[in-house]
Order: sequence, then structure tokens, then C-alpha cells
Amino acid sequence: MSELIFRSEGLTKVYRTGDVSVYALRGVDLRLHAGELTVLLGPSGSGKSTLLNILGGLDRASEGQAWFRDAELTAMTDRELTVYRRDHVGFVFQFYNLVASLTARENVELVTEIAKDPMPAAEALAMVGLDKRLDHFPAQLSGGEQQRVAIARAIAKRPEVLLCDEPTGALDSKTGVQVLEALERINTELGTTTIVITHNAGIQAMAHRVVFFADGRISEVRENDSRAQPSDITW
Amino acid sequence: MAMHVLDRKLLRDLKRMWAQVLAIALVLACGVMILVLAIGVQRSLQDTLDAYYERNRFAEVFSGAKRAPESLLGEIRALPGVRVAETRIVGQVVLDVPGLSEPAAGRVISLPEIDVPALNLPLVVTGRPPAQDSVDEVMVTRAFADANGFVAGDRFSANLNGRKRELTITGTALSPEYIYVLGPGAMLPDNRRFGVLWMPRRALAAAFDLQGAFNDVSLALTREGRAEEVIPALDRILAPYGGAGAYGRAEQASHIFIEGELTQLRALAQILPPIFFVISAFLVNMVLARIVTLERGVIGLLKALGYSDLAVAGHFLKFASLVAAIGIVIGWAVGSWLAQGMARLYTEFFEFPYLVFDPRGDSYAISAAAGLVAAGLGAVQGVRRAVRMPPAVAMVPPAPPTFKRGLSDRLATWARFSQPSMMVLRGITRWPGRATFSVLAISAAVAMLMSASFFPDSLDEIIDTSFFRQNRQDAMLILTRDQTENVVEDVRHLPGVIAAEPMQYLPVVLRHGHLSRRIAIEARDPDATLSRVTDASGQPVAPAGGGIILSDRLAERLAVKPGDKVQVEVLTGRRDTLTVPVTDIATVYFGLGAYMDRGALARLLRSPPQASVVNIAMDRQRADALYAAAKETPGLAGTVLLFQTRASFRETISRNVLNTTVVYILIAVLITVGVTYNGARIQLSERARELASLRILGFSRAEVSYILMGELMLLSILAQPVGWLLGWAFAYAQVKSFSSDLYSLPFVMNPATYAKASLVVLAASAASALIVRRRIDSLDLVAVMKTRE
Ligand SMILES: Nc1ncnc2c1ncn2[C@@H]1O[C@H](COP(=O)(O)OP(=O)(O)O)[C@@H](O)[C@H]1O
Ligand SMILES: [Mg+2]
Repeated sequence: MSELIFRSEGLTKVYRTGDVSVYALRGVDLRLHAGELTVLLGPSGSGKSTLLNILGGLDRASEGQAWFRDAELTAMTDRELTVYRRDHVGFVFQFYNLVASLTARENVELVTEIAKDPMPAAEALAMVGLDKRLDHFPAQLSGGEQQRVAIARAIAKRPEVLLCDEPTGALDSKTGVQVLEALERINTELGTTTIVITHNAGIQAMAHRVVFFADGRISEVRENDSRAQPSDITW
Repeated sequence: MAMHVLDRKLLRDLKRMWAQVLAIALVLACGVMILVLAIGVQRSLQDTLDAYYERNRFAEVFSGAKRAPESLLGEIRALPGVRVAETRIVGQVVLDVPGLSEPAAGRVISLPEIDVPALNLPLVVTGRPPAQDSVDEVMVTRAFADANGFVAGDRFSANLNGRKRELTITGTALSPEYIYVLGPGAMLPDNRRFGVLWMPRRALAAAFDLQGAFNDVSLALTREGRAEEVIPALDRILAPYGGAGAYGRAEQASHIFIEGELTQLRALAQILPPIFFVISAFLVNMVLARIVTLERGVIGLLKALGYSDLAVAGHFLKFASLVAAIGIVIGWAVGSWLAQGMARLYTEFFEFPYLVFDPRGDSYAISAAAGLVAAGLGAVQGVRRAVRMPPAVAMVPPAPPTFKRGLSDRLATWARFSQPSMMVLRGITRWPGRATFSVLAISAAVAMLMSASFFPDSLDEIIDTSFFRQNRQDAMLILTRDQTENVVEDVRHLPGVIAAEPMQYLPVVLRHGHLSRRIAIEARDPDATLSRVTDASGQPVAPAGGGIILSDRLAERLAVKPGDKVQVEVLTGRRDTLTVPVTDIATVYFGLGAYMDRGALARLLRSPPQASVVNIAMDRQRADALYAAAKETPGLAGTVLLFQTRASFRETISRNVLNTTVVYILIAVLITVGVTYNGARIQLSERARELASLRILGFSRAEVSYILMGELMLLSILAQPVGWLLGWAFAYAQVKSFSSDLYSLPFVMNPATYAKASLVVLAASAASALIVRRRIDSLDLVAVMKTRE
């Protein structure tokens, strides 16, 4: 059994807008293992992004506790969270979030410039199969290529965890598979703990562990004995 | 080291937005430019002046006298507060200059017998001063020599106290006393017809019968010495010897002109630049607000990647600083160039030994600091918003702005506005702060244009009043000393003279309560028509009986109104003190005038009527004969040709007015374009999706452009009345700040001034809206709908 990398107890998040309170998380108790590829599966609005944002240090919980290894995320100051994100976490977002006025290489350098022990930007891009498109601007790349740049950017600092929020959400099946292959390869070759959010049930087949989410709670956790190749997944 | 990626992004963003960036930078550049110009020139002028005064020992107290024994010098030197005292002989002379048909006037000043002057040391430019024992050698002012093409060795003849002499020029010089040189009776410098001459004391003492005596004294004061205390003491000493009233630098003719110029420059540096900096701060604020909204994703990303708040703030601050830097560099360049031009202009009007615009660090530092602060203040709000964005929230697209149905909506519904008009109206009420500021900024442009066209109108009024209603004579013949009637008769019989009217200048101190002013009363005959004064309505007014008419500014300085009585302390002759009633106030734009009836004045002084000047109307066809005869007429000290003054006044003014007008129009257009172009670009960016949807729904291009341009044009139109008010106030402030003892501006506001200003501003804003409109035509409907906010 590998060591725990994320752990949470009674994690609760309430959004208050005016008089309305929205319960995004209703007490989440979670255990995730280092080196695994976890898929977070659940319907839209079930609280997946909220959980990922808290684990990634982008957001704060309303109640409950969450740890990254021995560090309690829920007790960190803004400044500590910034350092945590910079040193440990890689993010991949649904809409890529590339800076339009920077080339693929420069988008990656955004990270390598501030990271402690980064890999060269070109190497990170090569890992996602974009070694030929270094100096292209996002507008000159397809959606799948843009998402792979985003992945290269996330892994360039050799993060311990890679958090992906619907990385294939905006992509068709064929390009989506290329993105999943890149994630799989990073998980295997670099041993990066990877969490992938999706509402696409097909993707669970490639995970070590699948966490089912519904209505702000974990409804089920399943471990896959045998994992499918991304190329076998379609949607 | 390679450039940071974020900085590369910044440069690319700047390049992509170059038109908007430039529009802001140019407004900021105006502020920087004026600061560099005004502070730079002001400091250069002040430093030059201080150094020149110091090195050439410009005196601090001056007085003339009729004939005072040299033995008084010891007594004057012993006065408390006096450090140096020096006596001189100063006289008026008539010059017959080769190549000049009319007589010229000169002021001849003695040089001490031994050594150089202790005060008011002339600065020899070419040649040498006259030899001590010479009687026919003379040194002249550089301007006089240049204007007449004289070089050392040239000769001209002068009438010294009735004795005609051929003088040889030994050199040319400048003097701290005559940086601005006005001849007697002149309104503008005329270096051909007036010059300052230096001759040895002995020669002048002989010519003016002043052996062992002096008629002019200058003092320098000790560190503790105060002019206000020394002046009355000196007056008491000189009173028995025809003392003409001592005065300090504050009343020294040349000095006050330069001081006036320095005051103008200081005002320039204080009034205009803040307007530009405020507008550029607003523009930076507006543009940065939009950028931060558009870059929510990037801001969120940077935070997610672990960039600190400081780094995020720094990124947007750098954007503002770079905009400022571009403006600063442009402002510096244009400002330095204009400052050099201005310094050149000064050397045309002022006789300085040197006046180079010396690019001083501080005017650059101050203007750069002001520009950076303006941009920084403009950036504060946007930067704060970027810093405050929580990393997670920055990831989700912004909610559409909340619209509320307000009074304007109900009004619009009631007025059955079309849907596009509703959108225009809502655009304004959605961002009321932005709309208000746009209106104010555009109105500042209107105001600026109004002051540009107000100025020539005001000068026209000056020319009309001063030269066509008041000083209508063709020429003034200046007499060497006050004389009785016969001289007028002599003049009347000169060839070409159509009419001749005597006028007397009487130096006095006017007192009312604790207020006083040292001036020269102009006394004319009641039937004088060549030279006269007019009241506010332009009607001639003549002093009745023993009364006095004061010019409007003199009345203001003395707090006098018609019916009040003023005390007249005569500074010549028996030094009588009269009390006379003020009968009227005259509108006068040059100097602080006071006017009396010549006959009545003579009766009050119990002496026959005197004339200092004869005003003439002449037959210009016979001018040469007249000038030739005038040169031979004893007692004439020189001529002022008013027809020439009129022409050169117009010429000087039209040249400067053209320059100023061009600069003001440029500045106003820059402001208008800066505000409207950026406004239009931001609206286009905010409403691209909305407008594209409308196009898809079947709205025509014209209707969609109307929504985009309607708001800006509406704001531009709203800005007009505000601008008119502001322009009126601007012009009024200008009139107030311009008004000095030397001159004043009339407040003239023609309807055309309002119209012209509005026309230029509306055209500029329409043009910038049209440039942006072209982008609507090329709006890629599909792409716009696909891009995520
Ligand atoms: N910033 C927010 N303000 C208010 N409600 C929010 C916010 N973010 C998410 N929510 C709400 O919280 C719930 C969970 O959202 P989210 O975590 O994004 O779900 P998922 O990622 O599973 O689709 C939803 O009901 C959503 O509307
Ligand atoms: Mg989500």
C-alpha cells in the first residue's frame, strides 16, 4: 500500500450569494494515494471542481480539514497556499487557460521561471508530443494541442500532484484521447499523482482509483484491478 | 539575461493595443511637455537673470534728480541699508542715424572717470568702451547697433542738449538695466529708433552742464537693507535737488517685464499639466479596468501557478508605467524642442548675454514623476481588483453586469425609445462614473480650444481700443524736456504735419488711503482727438476741470471709484501735493494710466501749461521732409511712429497666435481622441458578443454602429455645454492671471468661439468613433460567438 498524499475529513464548502446558501461540499472524507491516477466522476454541479480547487490550494473550505501529506491545507495562509501551489501542484483546466500572447514554449516558461527544479520547456512539450510546435501561439494550435500545451505547462515543474479539471471537456473524442495519453504517460513515467475530473464515465477505465461524486458527497470509491489504455476509450 | 515571459507578454499586449496606448501616452505627453517647457524655461530664465544681475551688479534702488551736488554721495552712502551707491549723468539725446530718415532717440549714460561702474556694469560685447578723455566716442547697445547695421568705427550724429556732435562707435554692450528695452512713449521695443549709449562722465558733464553734479543715482543694498526703508530716505535727500522719486527693482521697467514673463511661466506650469495628468489617469484607469476584466483567466492562472500577488500587481503596474514612459519620452522630446524655441523667442524680445535652454535634470525629473504618479494612480483600481481576485473565482467566466431598471429606463419607455436607443442609454447609466469622466475630459478639450480662439479675439479688441480709439496719432514727437506752448506751434509748421496736439507726462505718486502707485499722469487738452482715452463702452472720456481719470486697473490697485479723491504727489518742480477728484474710469490695456486736463493741471501747479510730447497726424507722403525738418528742430528728442507700432504689434501677435492656436488645437484633438477612441475600443470589446448577436438577429450594420457610436456621440454632445462653461472660466482665469501693471487682456467671448471649439471636438470624436466603427464591419460573427468571455 503506497503512502497517502491527500486526506480530508468532513470537508464542507458553502457558497453564500446574498440570502442563498449553496452547499457545494457536504462533508467529504477522502484518501488518495501517491503515484496513483484517480478519476473523480460525477454529474455537473456535484462539487468536483470545488473539491479539486480546495485540494489545489485555489479555494478554502468552509468547514472540515484537508491535508497534503502532513501539511494541513485548511490551516494555511494565503501566502503559504501560494507557495504550496508554486512548489507542489500542477493544474490543467477545461478551457486550457493559455496566455494568448505567449507562444507554446513561453506558456510553459511561465512556470519554469518560478519553479525550483523545472525541466526545460522544450522537454515538457516533447513529453506531450509538441516538440514541433514550440513557437506557435495558442491561436495557431488546435484545441487538443492547446490542452497538451497546458499539460506540458503543468508538468514542467515536476509537480508532485497534477490536478486536471475536465481536461477533455472541450475536446472531441479523437483529440481527447491524445490528451489522456499524455496524462497517462506522465503518471507512468514521472510517477506524478494525478487527479482527473470528468463527467465522462468512459474515462474511469484508465484510473487506478475512481471516486464517485454526487450532491457534494463521495458516493463510492472503486479500485480498478486492470486499467484500460486511453486509446481504447471513446465517447 | 533573457527577458521574463510576463514582460514579453506585456510588450506584445502593448504592441497589439498600440493605438490605445499611444492615445493615452500622447495626452500624458502634453502634461509632461508643458512641465518641461514651463519649468525648464522658467529655471533657465531665472538662473540666467540671477547670474547676470549678480555678475553685472544690477542696482536695487534707482532715482533720478534734476541736478544734485556730487557731495550728497557721502550722505547717501551713509544711509542705513545701503551697501554701494553710485551717481551718474543720464540724458535724452536725439540721434541722426545714417539710413534712417526719421530722428531716433537715445538715452546716454555716463561711465565713471576712473575704473568701471560699481553698479549696472555694461557687458562689452564687441570693441571697447569709449576712452576716458574722449568727447566723441560712444558705446551703444548691441540691439541698436545690430538693428542699424553698425559696427565699431561707424559714426552717427547726436544732439546732446542742443549741441550736435558726430560720435564714433567704439563698441557694443548689454546692460542688466536694459534687458527689455522700451524707448520713451513706445509700447514695443524698437531697436532702430531707440538705443542706449555710454559716454565718459566728463564729456556728459560738460554737455549737460553737470560738472560736480549728478542727475541719477543707483544703490545696492546690504543683506539687511530693505528697499521700502531706503527709498523714502533717498527721496528726502534728493528732494531739494529735483529728485524724481526713488524706486526699487519692482518698478524698474526692464525688470518688471521679465518678472511678468516668469510669472506667466509659473502659471503655465501650474494650470495646464494637472488637467492632462488627471485625464491620463482616467484613461489608464478605464483601459486597465477592461484589461483586468478580459484577463481574469490569466490572472487566475498566474495565481494558480504560484505567482504572488506582488507579481500580479507588478505586471499591471508595469503596463501603466510603460504607457507613462512612452508619454514621458515623447513629452520630454517635444518639450525640450519647444523650450529651445521659446528660449530663442526670448532672445528676440530680451537682451540677454546668453540664454540657452539648459536642459536641467529637475524639470525632467519632476515631469517624469508627475507622469508616473498619474499613470500609477490610474492603475490603482485595476491592480487592486486583480490582486483581490481569488485564484479560484478568476477561473470562472464573469457574470454579466447587473442592469437595473432606473428612472432613465422608465423615461425611455415612456418616450418610446427604440431598442438600440435603450441600449445606448443603458450603456451610460451602467457606468455612470466612466460616462461622467468622459464628459469632463472632452469638455476640457472644448475649454482648451475656447481659450485658443479667445486669445486672438481679445488681442483684436486690444488693437481696436488702443490703436484705433485711443492712440490714433501717426507719431509722437518726444521733447528733450518739458516745454511751453511755442514748441507745438513749431511742430505744427513742420512740413507734412496735419494736426499737432501737446501732451504732458507728469511723474507723480498717487495715493488713496494707504495705497499708492508711482506713475506718470498724461495731461492733454480737452479738445484732443489724436490721443485720448475711452471708457468701458468705447466712448471717449475727457477729464473735467481739475478732475482726474484713472485707468481701470489703476483704480483697482488704489481701490478708487468715481467721486473718490486721490492725492497727487508731484515728483518734479516744487513737489506740490494736490487732492483731486476722480471723475471717470477709462478702459486701458497698456500700463497704469491717469489722465488730467493740461490747462487745469497747470493752474493747480501755478505754472504755464507744459508739453513733454507732441502727438501729430501727418501726411505720410511727405514723411521724409517732416523727418528731415524734425532732425533740425531743437528740443525734439525722438519720434515714436505709431503706424509702425501698430504694424509690428499685429505682426508679432499674429505669428505667436498662429503657433499657440496650432498647439492648442493639437492638444484638444489629442484629448478628444484619447478619450473617445479608447472609449469606443472598450465598448466594442465589452459589447462584441452583444453586437454580434444583434447582427445575427438581423440588425443592420448601421443600427449596430449606432449603438456603439451613439453612446460616445451622446457623451461628446453632453460635453459641449460643460466645455463652454469651463472654457468661459478658463478664459476668465487667463484674463485674471495675465493682468499686471504692464498690460491686461479684455474678456471677449464671441459666439464663434463656442462654435469653433465644439466643431473641432465633435469632429475629432466622430472621427475616432468612425475608425472603431470600421471594426464592426469586419466583425467575425461566428468567431465572436465562439470566444469565451
Ligand atoms: N463561486 C461560486 N459561487 C456560488 N456557487 C458556486 C460557486 N462555485 C460553484 N458553485 C456551486 O457549487 C456547486 C458545485 O459546483 P462545482 O464544484 O463547480 O461542481 P462540478 O465541478 O461538479 O460541476 C454548484 O451548485 C455550483 O453552482
Ligand atoms: Mg466543474
